Amino acid sequence: MTVLGWTVALVIAFPVFWMVLTSFKSESEAISRVPHLFFSPTVDSYRAVQKQAKYLHFAWNSVVVAVGSTVLALLIAIPSAYTMAFSPTKRTRGTLLWMLSTKMMPPVGALVPVYLIFRDLGLLDTLPGLLTVDALANLPIVIWMLYTFFQEVPREVLEAARMDGAGPLRELYDLLLPLSMPGIVSTSLLAVILAWNEAFWSLTLTASKAAPLTAFIASFSSPEGLFYAKLSAASTMAIAPIVILGWLSQRQLVRGLTFGAVK
Amino acid sequence: MATVELRQVRKRYDETEIIRGVDLTIRDRELTVFVGPSGCGKSTLLRMIAGLEEISSGDLMIDGVRVNDVPPAKRGLALVFQSYALYPHMTVAENMSFSLKLAGIPKDERQKKVLEAARILHLEPLLERKPKELSGGQRQRVAIGRAIVRNPKVFLFDEPLSNLDAALRVRMRLELTKLHRELAATMIYVTHDQVEAMTMADRIVVLQAGVIEQVGSPMEVYRKPRNLFVAGFIGSPRMNFLEATVERVDALGVVLGLGDGSLLQAAVNAEGLGVGDRVTIGIRPEHILVSTSGDVAARVEAVEHLGGESYLHVRTESGSSLTVRVKETDVEPDDAVQLSFEARRLHFFDTDGEAVPCTPAGHGTGFQERIHERKS
Repeated sequence: MTVLGWTVALVIAFPVFWMVLTSFKSESEAISRVPHLFFSPTVDSYRAVQKQAKYLHFAWNSVVVAVGSTVLALLIAIPSAYTMAFSPTKRTRGTLLWMLSTKMMPPVGALVPVYLIFRDLGLLDTLPGLLTVDALANLPIVIWMLYTFFQEVPREVLEAARMDGAGPLRELYDLLLPLSMPGIVSTSLLAVILAWNEAFWSLTLTASKAAPLTAFIASFSSPEGLFYAKLSAASTMAIAPIVILGWLSQRQLVRGLTFGAVK
Repeated sequence: MATVELRQVRKRYDETEIIRGVDLTIRDRELTVFVGPSGCGKSTLLRMIAGLEEISSGDLMIDGVRVNDVPPAKRGLALVFQSYALYPHMTVAENMSFSLKLAGIPKDERQKKVLEAARILHLEPLLERKPKELSGGQRQRVAIGRAIVRNPKVFLFDEPLSNLDAALRVRMRLELTKLHRELAATMIYVTHDQVEAMTMADRIVVLQAGVIEQVGSPMEVYRKPRNLFVAGFIGSPRMNFLEATVERVDALGVVLGLGDGSLLQAAVNAEGLGVGDRVTIGIRPEHILVSTSGDVAARVEAVEHLGGESYLHVRTESGSSLTVRVKETDVEPDDAVQLSFEARRLHFFDTDGEAVPCTPAGHGTGFQERIHERKS
């Protein structure tokens, strides 16, 4: 099992490892047929990338979109999950499945209507526009996770609060939120990661002003030819913050991702 | 304090009726116990009174005011849950003062009330602890404290002791009865444990399948069960039942045939009974005597020693199995014993399971003369 685990981990991590390695090579080393495992590392690509594009501009957009879309998704998802977990109707199950089914459709299926709506509302290449789309795209997963976490909160505790005179808002604010905080945190982390890595809508709905890091990477696979080292450097810079965040919050994430499995 | 009145209260989920027309008055300062098997609707009824379940039809009156549509917190009731339902992220003191905080009561007054409740319940040293640092009994006391600080008109308890171990349960039972006296409050207490019902109640309400089977003081319900269900449910060990047939109706009542040839004179109101009717005779294990001169011969099948008393499981010659409760005994399995029934403690039920009323001649409670004649 351990051997298998390590093998899988290495296979999954290999491209990332290769990318980081390549980012420290020179452009000629990067494209050489025979891979160089030993080379003299250089940060030239990073310098070049910095010169060509303003990393911080894209990074800031990524932060705004990731955090903003997560907050927006939570604002919608918390009341929804609360209602579905504690006052379910006959249709609750169906609603949940339907929401999930929207994730099965490739996003490109909704591209034309979304694009047209964005154009008419003047939301193209704006941060509010992109973060709204990301929030809506992540909403089904966020609701599902919160729904599962809320269901773990004993119903009687909320009923006790109701007997004590708490209205729905108090119940939510004084009891449900503090009691399911670990769940909310891991859900938020997942939503941040998903929004951070989201490429499809970023590339189609933004150009420069609101472009996040995914667009930053894409700008290095440019028409004037592929520059592997620079592309790798850009990618490494793009994923570094989220990898560090993920690493710092490993425990929360594992609990979030295996929800339902370990009750 | 307060009275609670239910008038034709019903609860329906879709097509199924859980509570089927309950009429009941709970008197001021009385400790009323709802008892019944699981699924009988006792908890649902309590939750309807609390306001956590909607009432499908009928009226719920508290102190003469209809409160069907009043939200739970405004009904002036406090509910103690089976699972305690403490707020896990709050300290004991915060748990108890939460309702007061929501009601906008100033801090020093809140503190005073919490301290007072903590004193009654011996919780003073625990006020700054979180629920997870408390034992089961302590948590239960916090849950009760949370109810006390609100100074409710009526206390509601939903099987509050069933998560505790046996010894603690007995102690908490006593503490609750004491608390009831101290607070002089109206209390409604739900349990499936008939021992709790018998020991704590001023009045017992026996429920089955959403219907009240009987209301009365513990001893009334024990002595005069209204039907077979109540007779079997109240009392431990359970009442013994024997099948019999009406052989004769005479001036004294009826003569019953027990199936093994023996006859029994029952001093009951024979109205509605005719020759050939099936009747069930009920006799509690503690009202059967083991003696050398008894009328019914039986063989001991098993003996359960509880120390101060023992339960004998016996089979009569006619094949009925009975439980007999005796003092310390040396009787062993396979011993032959003679049994006699305390005549005035017999119960009779007709084919519908309803108790057959006694004739006035029968010394007040039970009453009948027994004559055993061997049919040749």
